[in-house]
Parts: sequence; structure tokens; C-alpha cells
Amino acid sequence: MGEQAGDRRIVIEPVTRVEGHGKVTILLDEQGRVRQARLHVVEFRGFERFIQGRPYWEMPVAVQRLCGICPVSHHLCAAKAVDHIVGADRLTPTADKVRRLMHHGQFFQSHALHFFYLAAPDLLFGFGSDVLARNVIGVARAHPELAKRGILMRKWGQEIIRVTSGKRIHGTGAIPGGVNKNVSLAERDEALRDLPQMIEWAQAAVGLAKDYTLSHLDELADFGSFESSHLSIVRSDGALDLYDGNLRAIDADGRTIFDGVAPARYADVLAEDVKPWSYMKFPFIRDLGPDDGWYRVGPLSRMNTCAFIDTPLAEAARREFRAITGPRPCHVTMAYHWARMIETLHAAEKIGELLHDSDLQGSDLVVRGERRSEGVGIVEAPRGTLFHHYRVDDDDLVTMCNLIVSTTSNNVPMNRAVESVARKYLSGREITEGLLNHVEVAIRAYDPCLSCATHAMGQMPLEVDLLDADGRLVDRRVRDGS
Amino acid sequence: MAKPRIATTSLAGCFGCHMSILDLDERILELAEIVDFDRSPIDDLKHISQRCDVGLIEGGCCNEENVHVLREFRRNCDVLVSLGDCATMGGIPALRNTVSLDACLREAYIDGPTVHNPLRRIPDDAEIPLLLEKVYSAHEVVRIDYHLPGCPPPPEAIWRAIHAILTKAPLTLGHGLLKYD
Ligand code: SF4
Repeated sequence: MGEQAGDRRIVIEPVTRVEGHGKVTILLDEQGRVRQARLHVVEFRGFERFIQGRPYWEMPVAVQRLCGICPVSHHLCAAKAVDHIVGADRLTPTADKVRRLMHHGQFFQSHALHFFYLAAPDLLFGFGSDVLARNVIGVARAHPELAKRGILMRKWGQEIIRVTSGKRIHGTGAIPGGVNKNVSLAERDEALRDLPQMIEWAQAAVGLAKDYTLSHLDELADFGSFESSHLSIVRSDGALDLYDGNLRAIDADGRTIFDGVAPARYADVLAEDVKPWSYMKFPFIRDLGPDDGWYRVGPLSRMNTCAFIDTPLAEAARREFRAITGPRPCHVTMAYHWARMIETLHAAEKIGELLHDSDLQGSDLVVRGERRSEGVGIVEAPRGTLFHHYRVDDDDLVTMCNLIVSTTSNNVPMNRAVESVARKYLSGREITEGLLNHVEVAIRAYDPCLSCATHAMGQMPLEVDLLDADGRLVDRRVRDGS
Repeated sequence: MAKPRIATTSLAGCFGCHMSILDLDERILELAEIVDFDRSPIDDLKHISQRCDVGLIEGGCCNEENVHVLREFRRNCDVLVSLGDCATMGGIPALRNTVSLDACLREAYIDGPTVHNPLRRIPDDAEIPLLLEKVYSAHEVVRIDYHLPGCPPPPEAIWRAIHAILTKAPLTLGHGLLKYD
């Protein structure tokens, strides 16, 4: 494809936020039909290279600086990879549970942030609603109780991260082979005090997301949706496990593509394509090739890949979710929000389980075993499966680092969603700010944390230039709320 | 009287400094009562819409786009604050300055163990911004009035810094708030 004579080029920039770390370009043919629409990720860090030569034990604290929205995911994923290097194949119960507690605190805060601060304005006010109110302050004015709830939910998750890692952002809790602190009784009691409230609010959020999805299902079923494969890790019995497990991939009909693939073998089953127009790579399942092997990750995929959830309230919610598509996986892009809230509820239940476990107060924190030169860590991050892979030399210095960041796996899907929404809503129409927001709504469903490759956060400000085929400015629309 | 205006941006940072602003929790609503947010991740403004009293900068500059945005902030803000270690001294992204940009690109797009790139092509489309050879801290690019260290700076430090600037009062951040991690 690519640009042809007579095309009009529309640029949505920046898509993700003011700095322009991501943008969308849309090519319209002479009839105003969408010929091509792309999401470009415009940020590059070079982490894989510049971290070489650093000692491996720095990884859990250094690599989380890729992303301040979900630093715990990188912190724990790197720690898991480094566990292999120090030969810690099985952590002490205290270390395992403190890390899991931290991880579920992270899920809780990150999902609350996305739902209440980022997605709620679109869902509450409408995709094409007033640009001035379409932000978290607007939500706070129109629905003060809901906004307050979102703030307090995020706060609770952040506090759980703090008591397990020392800091809300960029903590140091996980170390090679374990953790550096346990959870005191006072810290536990503090978190427990708000647990019933958090579970109740998480249930209410599931209800909100479900009602929204079901009452708009006709519209949403067709909104940036498409059939796809799905990938995640699952526990050995098929349960949803956000912290540990083996890789499972299913196709659009729910048939197994692979299952039980141990983390260390991830590179046998996955590869990443490179395209000149984005700094973000395009992962795919090796056996299926770059054109057909793409897949989705994240909350929606996890609802599809797991056999069940091991906490009762979230499992009941999952069954309701799965009931809408029967035996087939759910492919509705906007159902990511509903799935995300089910996971929020699951995270709260898990946090409750863990807080009641006296292993959290144990003092056996670190194990070591036979030193190895290579380690792979995989976790489910809020936005999807996250891979960290390191090799180290005899001096403990990193010689190779490979990261597949969650949002990267959704690169092809986000591009598909952008293209499908652009075709449906922009083709042959006068382009308005409200219509352009539809494109962003589809991207937002994935909760793209472009922070790891770029940065995504908040309402996505837009500037759209309509250029003619010679690059002359024909029209300009700036959505700036002023 | 019009409320003071604050603009914020994230350049080559990880967004953790902005998360630290959100870590004001309920006080973020209080802040929204006493100031108006101009261009910021929490609203829809693409460019600074009018003169701002304060600009908060997260992250240094790693590409041409970052430089462009930073200059826009300098032109339009009375007081510019480098928020966090990345803006203040480059932070973790500036570790890239120890190797060549070329080596970083090769590792990411050609040599990595999962890379599939038969044409050995490094992303270079006109639609993606040029990367700078080095990562720069904010004050290497424009004049910065105040530096607030921390990775990220604690919410309480951000809160006090904003109040001190708006009231033109001196600020002393004691132990625990003035830090570099
Ligand atoms: S200073 Fe730390 S928290 Fe702030 S952007 Fe840099 S890495 Fe992130």
C-alpha cells in the first residue's frame, strides 16, 4: 500500500498524549475512503543495548524505569529472570507471597487508574462528547463519588506496593532469589482495614463495565473488533495466574495453538517483526509467520485463555463474561474494559487471601542455588504478557537483554482497531474532533502503556492536519478545549 | 482573579513523575481547586493555550520532538521546574550516552534473539521522529528555574514546591523529601 497520488493524508498527532509519543496517520483516496490507517509509536529507548555491562542485580531496579505506570511488572519480571541466574528455582513462601501481594497491588492500582482516570470519560460522557469535560476533573465534577472512589482504589493499590517494596513508585522489594522485607502486622492490618470496601467497589466497577458493554453491545461488537488469537501465561491447572505459569496461545475459535510452553522456551514460539514506520516491534507466533501469527494479550485475552479463576467473585464474573460468546473466545475490543474490571476484583480477592496468610510475616526471605548464565522471566502485567531475558558473564555483567513489553504484543491489534474504526467512522465524512476521538477510544481499550516504548496517559490531545497530495495544508483541526 | 495555571509534560521519562503527582491522591482534587491545568496529560490541551505560571518537566530530551516541546514550555511558562532525576540529569535513559545510538538501534532491531528482520531495516520512516545522538537533561536545552530531584520526587515534595512557587515563599525540603532515588 502506501501513499498514492491524489491521496489525502490525515495525521492525528499526538495520539497518545501531548508529547507525541504515538501518532496515527490516515490516508484517504480521492473519494475520501480510508485506504490505510496506522498507529506509529515514536519513542525509542535502547534499553537492550545500554544495559549491557551493568551487573545483573541492578536489573530489577534499573529496568522498571522504563515505565512508571506499571514499574512493579518490570521489577518482578526482571527479578524472576535474575532468580534463574542465581539458581533460585523455588523461592521461600514468604518471598513468593510478598511478591505476589505486590503484583496484585499493582494490578489493582493500574486497572483502577485506567478505568476511572482514563476510560471513564469516554464511557460516561460518550465518544464524541464535549472535549472540555472529557477528563478526570470533568468526571470529578459530574460524578464526584465515582471519581473519589477511583482515587481511593488507586491509592489502596499503591499503598500495597509501598508496604511490599518500600516505595509506591520504583521500589526495591524484589532482589535476586527473594525479597528484602516481609510485611509487618501493622502494615497488614492497615491494608486489611479497607479490604471489604475495595472488594465492594471492585464489584460495583465490574457491574458498571458489564452494564455498559451489554447495553451497547450491538455498537461495540462492531467497534474496532476482529477475530484474533490470544496469548497469556496460565497456571498448570489452567487457572488465571497473573504472576507465574506457562505460555498458552489459542486461535480465534479457541483451539490450542500451543500450551504448557515454559518461559525459558519463549523464543522458540515467538518472534518480532520490524516495520520501518514504528519504533515498536510486531510480535508473532513463529509457526504461523509474521502475517498470520499476530495475537492479542491483556485482560480480554486472559479471560479467553484461562480455564477458570481461583477466587469466587471473579470466577462468577468471568462466567457471566464468557456466557455472551458461548464456547468461543470473546473478540469484542471494547470488552477489554469489562475483563479489566473482573481482574481488578480478582486482584482484590487475592490481596485478601494473601493478607490473611501468616507467611507474609516470615523471616526466611532469600534462597540461592547453582549459578547460571541465563534467565528468562515472564509475568502477566496489567496490559499483557511481559518477557524479560538476560544473559550474564562470569563477572556478573549483563551481556544480552531482550524485552518484549506487554503493549508491543498488541501492536498489530491496535493497528487493526485503528484501521477498522477509521474506515467505519471517517470514510467519506467530514472529519470532526468527535469522530477522531473514536479512533483514540479504540486504542485506549488496550490501555496501551506506551511508556515502555513511548508514553501513553490521559486524554489524548489531537491535532489533525489535512494535507493534499503535494503536502499543502488544506485544513487543520486542533482539539485543545480552548 | 484568575487561578494560576500549571502545565506539565513528560519527555524522555517513564511517567513515574506524573504518577507521583497523582499520588497526591485526594489532594489532586484540592490542587484542581486552586490551579487550572493547561497542557497536561490529565487534560486535552495539545499546545499550551495561554501564558502559564508554572511548567513541570518530566524527562530529558532523547528525540527532536522532546526538544520542540521543551522549547514550547520555556516560551510559555514563567517558571520552569525540572521534575525528577530524568529531567534534572538525564536519568536512566541517559545511560544510552555510554554507547552509540547506532549500537542501540542494531541491538533492538537486528541482533535481538526474537527479532525477525530479513531486510535488516531499522525504523526510519518520515512519520517517526529523529533520535538525538545523546540524551540531554532539560537544562542542557533550555533555562530551568528550579530542580526537584527524586525518582520520582515524593508527592509531598511536589505539593510543597508548587505552593512555594505560587506563594513566592522559600522552600526547605528536609530529610526524606530531598532525595535522589
Ligand atoms: S525521574 Fe524516575 S520516575 Fe521520573 S521519569 Fe525519570 S525514571 Fe521515571
